[in-house]
Amino acid sequence: MSELFPLSVKGAVTRRHGKVLVGPVDLELDGAGTCVILGPNGAGKTSLLRLLHGTARLHAGEITWGCGTEAARNAQAFVFQRPVMLRRSVGENLAYPLRLRGTPRTEARARARDWAARVGLSGLFDRQATVLSGGEQQKLATARALIGDPGLLFLDEPTASLDGRATREMEEILAKARANGTRLVLSTHDMGQARRLADRVIFLLGGKVHEEGAAEGFFSAPRTPEAQAFLKGDIVE
Amino acid sequence: MIDLWEGLRQAFWLVATADPELAEIALRSLRITLSALVLACLIALPLAALLAVKRFRLRRTVIAILNALMGLPPVVVGLVVYVILSRSGPLGALGLLFTPTAMIIAQMIVIVPLIASIAHQSLRELWHEYHDLLISMNVTQGQKMRTLLWDARRALLTAALAGFGRGIGEVGAIMIVGGNIDHVTRVLTTAIALETGKGEFALALALGFVLIALAIAVNLTIHWLGQTEREGRW
Repeated sequence: MSELFPLSVKGAVTRRHGKVLVGPVDLELDGAGTCVILGPNGAGKTSLLRLLHGTARLHAGEITWGCGTEAARNAQAFVFQRPVMLRRSVGENLAYPLRLRGTPRTEARARARDWAARVGLSGLFDRQATVLSGGEQQKLATARALIGDPGLLFLDEPTASLDGRATREMEEILAKARANGTRLVLSTHDMGQARRLADRVIFLLGGKVHEEGAAEGFFSAPRTPEAQAFLKGDIVE
Repeated sequence: MIDLWEGLRQAFWLVATADPELAEIALRSLRITLSALVLACLIALPLAALLAVKRFRLRRTVIAILNALMGLPPVVVGLVVYVILSRSGPLGALGLLFTPTAMIIAQMIVIVPLIASIAHQSLRELWHEYHDLLISMNVTQGQKMRTLLWDARRALLTAALAGFGRGIGEVGAIMIVGGNIDHVTRVLTTAIALETGKGEFALALALGFVLIALAIAVNLTIHWLGQTEREGRW
């Protein structure tokens, strides 16, 4: 288990313009497996991910890590729903996090080449990242997040705009990352994906954790009527 | 119309015969403006990046002032620099008045706000695009600024070229602090002003055409070096 964990969230609240987006939330996360955040639109999935990652302001409560907050920030990465590409080549995008940490240029480039091969982007290594397809950009963003060997990777609906093939490739990358010891916390609307990837599920509703537990139990016997309705595909508010 | 043709003819003749005086003035113009441009970029680009990424209380005011200073009257800049560098001024002991250095300082002051404002516009847009990624990567302010400046370098070239354009065509400030001394501080613009004053319109026009050609040549060279229009760069 990474020293990052356990992650402990107590009464955490984040607001925007006075409106509570998420909270109060109480959670405990250990350092194993994949945690999937589910919930209808507007439930606060993205806000919860950002709050845990430290890019949304914590207005109340506390979030503590096994290591210090600053060390925790440097040991995690985030993949956005709409990948943000630096206006550089694929290789330079991959090498960027390493260069930020002072890795020598040649070593960073070698590792970037290795990661480009792992995610099937070798042929596009010198191509401008901004001209890649959506699926390629998402793979690149994920590889760029993983290249620094983070203990924890947050992904905000990473396959929301991808076709079936690109989704499968992304899930393979995530499975390998998980096997290498990276803890994954991702939000998704894709129930099939949630069933395939999740070890644990957090079901959000109205900015609060409505139900959470082992994925098997959640999908086979959800405890609350709202979770049951959500899994059936009914509209949940 | 006759003056225009005569000016063209003289310009062609001056260039074709590699007139030594013209070459000396043109080279001095280039040297002064390029020096001012490099110094101005060293100040304006980091300032623009800082204004893009750093939030502080008077940020909007600083940006508004910077934008307003784009229209800074060169004559006033020249006057202020003159007062500061004159014998009785605070920097009079340096003996810089009526030297190319004084002209470089004046030009630099004129073009810093222009370069900083145009650069800030580009960097602000790029920061908007990169914000979430760089925040999530927990990068330092310095790293943010360096990333923006590097990734926006082609847009920043445009800002620098605008600064060059303003500098090479500037006459008011450098006339006051340089004094238009032959073989010392005479540049193309001050020479044009002098020839016009003497009624030598054809020669003034010839110098003007050379000035325009020089500005175009420098712009094309920088574009070519920066490969700004190469297909598929972005």
